[in-house]
Formats: sequence, C-alpha cells, structure tokens
Amino acid sequence: MSRRPDCEEQRPQSKRRCRVHIDCTSPVGCPVSVETQVPVRVVLAKLGFDGHDRGLKIVARMLRDAGFEVIYLGLRQTTDSVIAAAEQEDADVIGISMLNGGHLTLGPKMVQAVRDADLDTAVVIGGIVPDDDVAILTEAGVAEILTPGASSDDVAAAIRRAAGQP
Amino acid sequence: MKYSREVTDDQRDQWQAAYDASTLRDADFETMSGVPVEPVYGEGPFPGQFPYTRGPYASMYRSRLWTMRMFAGFGTAEDTNARFKELLRHGGTGLSTAFDMPTLMGRDSDHEWALGEVGKAGVAVDTLADMEDLFADIDLAGVSTSMTINGPAPILMAMYVAVAEKTGVERGRLAGTIQNDILKEYQAQKEYIFPPRPSVRLVTDMMRFTAEEMPRWHPVSISGYHIREAGSTAAEELAFTLANGFAYVEAAVAAGLDVDDFGPRLSFFFNSHLDFFEEIGKFRAARRIWARWMKERYGATDEKAMLCRFHTQTAGVSLTAQQPENNIARVALQALAGVLGGTQSLHTDSFDEALALPTEDAARIALRTQQIVAHETGVANVADPLGGAPYVEWMTDEMERRAEAIFAHLDELGGGSMLEGVYAGIDNGYFVGAIADSAYEFERRVNSGRRIVVGVNDFTEGSDDKVPILQIGPEVEEYQLKRLERVKGDRNQRAVDAALDAVVSDAQAPDVNLMPALIDAVRAYATEGEIVAALEGVFGTHVEAAGL
Repeated sequence: MSRRPDCEEQRPQSKRRCRVHIDCTSPVGCPVSVETQVPVRVVLAKLGFDGHDRGLKIVARMLRDAGFEVIYLGLRQTTDSVIAAAEQEDADVIGISMLNGGHLTLGPKMVQAVRDADLDTAVVIGGIVPDDDVAILTEAGVAEILTPGASSDDVAAAIRRAAGQP
Repeated sequence: MKYSREVTDDQRDQWQAAYDASTLRDADFETMSGVPVEPVYGEGPFPGQFPYTRGPYASMYRSRLWTMRMFAGFGTAEDTNARFKELLRHGGTGLSTAFDMPTLMGRDSDHEWALGEVGKAGVAVDTLADMEDLFADIDLAGVSTSMTINGPAPILMAMYVAVAEKTGVERGRLAGTIQNDILKEYQAQKEYIFPPRPSVRLVTDMMRFTAEEMPRWHPVSISGYHIREAGSTAAEELAFTLANGFAYVEAAVAAGLDVDDFGPRLSFFFNSHLDFFEEIGKFRAARRIWARWMKERYGATDEKAMLCRFHTQTAGVSLTAQQPENNIARVALQALAGVLGGTQSLHTDSFDEALALPTEDAARIALRTQQIVAHETGVANVADPLGGAPYVEWMTDEMERRAEAIFAHLDELGGGSMLEGVYAGIDNGYFVGAIADSAYEFERRVNSGRRIVVGVNDFTEGSDDKVPILQIGPEVEEYQLKRLERVKGDRNQRAVDAALDAVVSDAQAPDVNLMPALIDAVRAYATEGEIVAALEGVFGTHVEAAGL
C-alpha cells in the first residue's frame, strides 16, 4: 500500500489514513475518487450507567447494512475505553448514545477526551437532546447530533459528514 | 349438547354467586343514555373463573376501578417526601418511588459515573439517612409503598424495614411491592449488578423473608414492560415475562417454599402498546397461560396462586418527539387497551416524555386521561366487554400459541427446567438477540414507510413546533454529595466494617438468608455502594458481552 500520486489533499497533523481509497496511505481528506471507498469506521458506545441500548443497536445494524464498519462496544463504557477502541481501530467517528439527560455532561467530556488523546476522530451524539442543547453541544465540538425520528438515511449521512466523506 | 349446556349453566350460577358476594362501587351501571347494562355478557368461563382469561375477579371494575398509580420521583429525599405528604393529604394511600440512576445501579452519589445523574430521574438514596428523610412523618403502617428497583432491591428493602422499625412500625405491618425482577434486567433494562444466579438467590431470599415476616408485601413484580420497550414483539413480551415468572417459581420451590404460599403474592407488569387488539389478546392470554402453568405444571391448588394480576404502563417508546401533543391520543388508546384487557393498575405516560422528564402539566393530563376512560366512557361497567368477539378470541389464542412456542424452546434449552432455560437464554444471548432483531425489523418497516408513524414519517406538517420541557438543576447533586459526606463522617466506622463483614460471610453461605445481615448493615449507615461492593466481592459483577 502506498500513497496515490493523485491524492493531494493532506492534513499532516492527522494520524488517520485516507478513507477514500483502499490502497492509499495519504492522510485523511483525499478527495479524488469515491469508486474505491474504504468503509467509514465507527465506534459505537454508551457511557456510564445509562442502559437504554435499543437505539444504539438499531443504529449499529443500520450502519452495518449501509456498508459502514461498526465497532460496537455496547454498555457501561468510559471515555477512556472509547478512546482506546477508537485509537486501536483507527476509527473515523465515535458515536455515543444518550437517553438519560447526561449529554451536556458527557458530550463535551467525550470531545475533550478525543482532543487530549491527540486524535481527530469526530464525535457524534444520538438520543434525546432538547433543541436548546444542540447548540451547546455543537459549540463544544460535537460534529453531529441525531435525535428521535432520524431515518437510516439521516444517520448514514450524518456519520459520513462527520467522517469528512462526500 | 345437553352436557355442555349443564356445564355452562353451572359456570353461570357460580359466577352469579361470586358476583352477588362482591361489594360494588357506588355508581350507576348504565349507559350515558340511561340503558342499564349487565355486569358480564357471553359465555363462560366467566371473569373470576379458571383459567381467568376474562379477568381475575367476578365483578371486575364494578367493585373497584383499577388503581391509577402514577410513578414519580425527583430530586432529594426531602423533595419527594413533600410530594408524598401532599398526595396523602389528598386521600392517596399508595406511594410509588422512583430512584435515580446511581441508586438503581447500586452506586453512591459520589461514584465517578454518577456525575450529572444524581436526583435526575428519581430520588437519590445512598444511606438509611436518605430513606429516613424520604418517609419522614409518614405512618408506614397506613400506606402501601411501591419501590421500583431491581439489582440492589434487597438493600432498599432492608432500608425500608429499618426506617419503619425505627418509627415503631413492625415489619409485619408493612404493605407494598418491590419490583425486584432481576431476570428482565439481563434481557432488556440492563440495570444488573451481580451475575444471574446469585441475583436470583437474592430474589428467593426476599421471597422467603417476606413470606415469613412480611405477609402484606409483594416481593417481586415480574415485568415485561422493559422487554417491550427494548423492542420485543407483543408475543415475546408475553412469553419472556411469564418464562421469567416460571423461573422464579422454580427457584422458590427449589429453595423450599410452597407454591401456594408465595404464588398469591407474585404480581406482573405489562406494556400497553399501539396495536389495540394485539395488546388486549396479550393481556387475556397472560392470565390464561399463568393459571394453566401454575395449576398444571407447578401444582398450585390455591386459586389465588393461579391469578395473573398485573400493572400496566403505556408504551413510552411509542411517544414521538415530533408533534408531541399527538401522544395524548396514543396514550389514551393504550390506556383503553389496558383497561379492556383487565389491568389491576395503570400508569399513563405524559405526552412530553420523548423530550424530557414530564412537566407537572403533562403528568396531570396523563392522569386525567385515565379518569376519562374510567368515568366517561362506560367501559368499566362490564367485565371483559370484548370477550367472545371472534377477532379478540382468535388473537388471545394466537398470543398463547406464540408464547407456548417460546416456552418450548426455553424448556428444551434448560433440559426440562424453565429456570435453567432462562439462564441459558441469558448466557447465550437468545433474549437480547431476539429483542434486537424485533426492534430492528420494526425500525426497517418505519424506515421504508411500510409502517406509518404519524408526525415522523408521514403527516409531518407542524412537526417543528415546540412545547415547554422540564429542566433539573445541579443543586440536588451538590446537596446530596454533602449529605453523603456528613453521614459517613457521623457514623461509627467500626460498626460499619463489622456489619459489612457479616454481609460477606452470609453471602458466602448460600443457605443463609441475607436479609438480616443487610438490615444490620443499613442500620449502621453503611452506604448502598459499600454493601454492593461487599456483595460483588463474593458474587462477582455481571458484564454483558457486546453483541448485536
């Protein structure tokens, strides 16, 4: 595997490889062709006590069926365990599901953990997030927020955007 | 022909005798136009007759309407205590307690994961001191208390007993219910702590303890609600719930308890979802299946041990964040299905619950919805008014048939034991897999537009409108953390250590009932988290394998 000569866009600070071409070692963001797309890699988890995993499991299956590579960590994860998985799996996106009202505490904490680990993985939050809180989370660096009623197309599009894919 | 007529006449006479012996409500049992109506129509077996398909009691809602039990809890123990007293002043006699997430998970308010969760979805209880505040100045001999907690249920039960006895009420006079249904936690709600087998030992310890010392207490409420919310079908909810019930019966019998002793104090908790007739069929089938299994498989002879009496809650998962006022209509239909299915008590969800915890206004509309069903629609005048309708009877049979197919699978998994079958289904991922499959299948139908969700994937004009939602501030958390620190500073640490040692040694002896050691530990003001940690040292901690 080598860097493709036609892959120009580079983000030298990025630790992740090009996710557009299967055989390309350029940093992320290579804009050239989508014919040989590498699947977006998503780590999905629930943080802390919240045990509502119906939504996250559905999202995991939706994404898997839509060609994403899903690393499903499941329940009772910590920001540390999510970061470890994201690093090890070279994930493009971390998806966190929250239905207990903990998003304002845990969302920014997850974003900070990504920064502290010097990763550029995008953080996406799904769950019950009141409208007023969406702006707060976006401000805190959460890439996308998915709320009840999102269709599988909405979910896939949000994850692709977060991963920087066209 | 003659024979069958005789049997029918006999059933009718027996039902009439039971009805005549019932005390009736002071109400006019006629339509709003003044047409008098009979207490029941159609064929036997009638309500109150085995297998109780048509209802557990001969007179049903003519004697007593279902209990409108609204589940609530928030903030500090003092906040909830004030709400309890308010309720009692207005003539209520039933208290229903919601605990916050750290309490439900057996952790103290200062646990690292508790940040942002303390006092949020219920009341925070760390030590006996919080329980003393929760029930301060309430005569526990005069109320019935429902506590919704599972993993750490014996610890909260121990606290309730300790509070009562401190105020001079002996445990034998306490009335109420504790959910204490751990099996469905591994299958659906996921608020487990210890692995399944030691957890079931805790359940049987409580069944024995209440059988011997607390005759007015219901030690387990076998719950399908959470199974359905997690995404199961109606038939799976029915089957998994009753299978869990059979598992508890087998565990209790193995622990030396008599099915006729504990059977009458088992109760159930079901979901009432959107498909009207499917739900009604499910409720009717639940009573029939439970009665048959208790009598035929488990040898119950006391009729009360065969009755499936249940609480119903409308389906939280069916509520939409879009056009939330539409949820009032959904809840009303679900409440009606619960009542036509013969529920003993009912909680109606508030229309704003897809957005946040309910506001007081939204909760009042939910209660009013039940009152409209009870007092305006006339459905409470006649027992099992849909009984005998071909579709309803077919649906009841079909729900039973589908549940029996699942029982057969579990029975085979367990080699002839439903308890072992349920353990095996937890261990091999059968329950979580089946529930996730059903949830995904439903979602695919919504996604493809084959299943219409009004306001979400069709009829969406107006979906961006806003409603006010409840906000809970951080003050509760600060208060609770200080309180926990103060209680820990004031207590006798040596007494705590000794009490925790006793919990450990009793936990290590499978034949010893843990309840007395737990009561001693909470009396010494050991925290919930400390007691759970002591038990985890013996029992271990359950971790779910992450699977889809």
